[in-house]
Amino acid sequence: MANSENFDYRQIPGWGMDADPENEPTYPMKNYTGDDHKRINYERSQQQEPDVEILMSNERPALSRVFGNTVPPSGLSGAIRRYAFRHSEDSYRHWLPLILADRVNMVEGVIDDLSRGYIPDICTERGWKAEWKYNPAGVAKKVAIAAAAGLLIYWSCRKKHSKS
Amino acid sequence: MLAMNYRGPYRVRMERKPMPELLHPEDAIVRVTRSCICGSDLHLYHGMVPDTRVGSTFGHEFTGVVEEVGPLVKNLKVGDQVLVPFNIACGKCNFCKQGLYGNCHESNPMATAVGGIFGYSHTAGGFDGGQAEYVRVPYADVGPTVIPEGMDPDDAVLLTDVVPTGYQAAEMGGIKEGDTVVIFGAGPIGIMAARCAWFFGPSRVIIIDHIDYRLEFARNYAKCEAYNFKSMKDPVVFLKRITDWYGADVCIDCVGCEAEGNPLQTLSGRVMLMQAGAGTALQWAINSVKKGGIVSVVGVYGPPFNLIPIGNVLNKGITLRANQASVKRLLPRLIDHVQSGRLDPKGLITHRIPLSEAPDAYRIFSSKLDNCIKTVLVP
Repeated sequence: MANSENFDYRQIPGWGMDADPENEPTYPMKNYTGDDHKRINYERSQQQEPDVEILMSNERPALSRVFGNTVPPSGLSGAIRRYAFRHSEDSYRHWLPLILADRVNMVEGVIDDLSRGYIPDICTERGWKAEWKYNPAGVAKKVAIAAAAGLLIYWSCRKKHSKS
Repeated sequence: MLAMNYRGPYRVRMERKPMPELLHPEDAIVRVTRSCICGSDLHLYHGMVPDTRVGSTFGHEFTGVVEEVGPLVKNLKVGDQVLVPFNIACGKCNFCKQGLYGNCHESNPMATAVGGIFGYSHTAGGFDGGQAEYVRVPYADVGPTVIPEGMDPDDAVLLTDVVPTGYQAAEMGGIKEGDTVVIFGAGPIGIMAARCAWFFGPSRVIIIDHIDYRLEFARNYAKCEAYNFKSMKDPVVFLKRITDWYGADVCIDCVGCEAEGNPLQTLSGRVMLMQAGAGTALQWAINSVKKGGIVSVVGVYGPPFNLIPIGNVLNKGITLRANQASVKRLLPRLIDHVQSGRLDPKGLITHRIPLSEAPDAYRIFSSKLDNCIKTVLVP
């Protein structure tokens, strides 16, 4: 319909009603007050009291007045995160260690599950039930590829073993 | 309480977690009635956002009922039904006072590049999100808005992010009457941006994606032209050709870091993580817009950087505009659009799934199964 020459876009409900000729790129969309020049000297809310370890960007002088207190840093991933936060947000040494810490944290999560006697239900966690319901051909394809790759590895290992 | 629990890339499960508590006198506790899975939640789900810790609860689009308020909360009372903007904003810092509620300086100690966001990693403040039965809502007098009487709850939940982000994407484009607007990405935000673009008076709205069912949905919902970039040899040349070899007046990136379409961007950004995801959509936007045109960016990119043709931005005199949506600033206008019937947010919802089945819901949305556009989780 929209591609048709007879399409009259002016009939779309609300067409053009929010057009603002003053909305030029040079006209910022913030309600400029000039308070930027006061920098961080503005009225603040009360400070939330930290009850867990909060890692803080070294690009600010203090904690923000509120913050999340979920999942404080712990274990090896926590040590990596503490290292990352010694570097600024401008630095690779901040972001790459954080990604590494996330992957380490994933392994720590599995170890934690097992140590509590809980075996993660990977199929449910990855939503394979939905994948099977809506995309059985795709699942079958993935299983076939995985099986073929497994057989290939097994076959090449056996061949190497029989040569030696 | 029941809450979604992140366990690593592509793995989430439902678990019992402790009830949230008031940690600040301006906090509220909200019982969640609806929460959505956002396209940007998929960046977390896919492990693309640094400092996404195992045990986190996602969810930055939610509505609920106020269950408890801190002693300094004046505007909300127990029992109020609220929609909660995804940004956590103090309302007092210079950024909030100037309407930049997505850039609050007092809600995220962990990064200065982004304000606090519910359930969006420790890079965005380390807050738990709304894909749970209950959630702690800081600065309850600022963000949460009482849902107007008679408003459909499905409309209300989409006013927390999808509608404002789509609208602001169009608004930042500075669209003039008669303009041609090109939108990259036919996800919920892209479709909403295409619909909202019409409010600013263009003569053409074009949406580009590679998933046919989404293009068809966009064509019907947003009354726009829709094209599959996989059916064209070169999307930039295609867009130049259909705009009289001039370029679009405005290009809008609604894709962000998980774009497809450029093998080099995909390899370096999504496979090797040597940049903050693939910048393909932004690259196409810059190269498809006219000289002196405007590129508006609401697609989410993580740190540290992306490879984009910044030289073309200079040489073509392009204006780049970007921000997280300032939900609170836009809400009065958008509520009016919804209540007057001009905008139908709930029309985007294709899946309503119990919260307890969140892992399946993530899979359906992530793998684009069952023609999924937008998923709502209901506790």
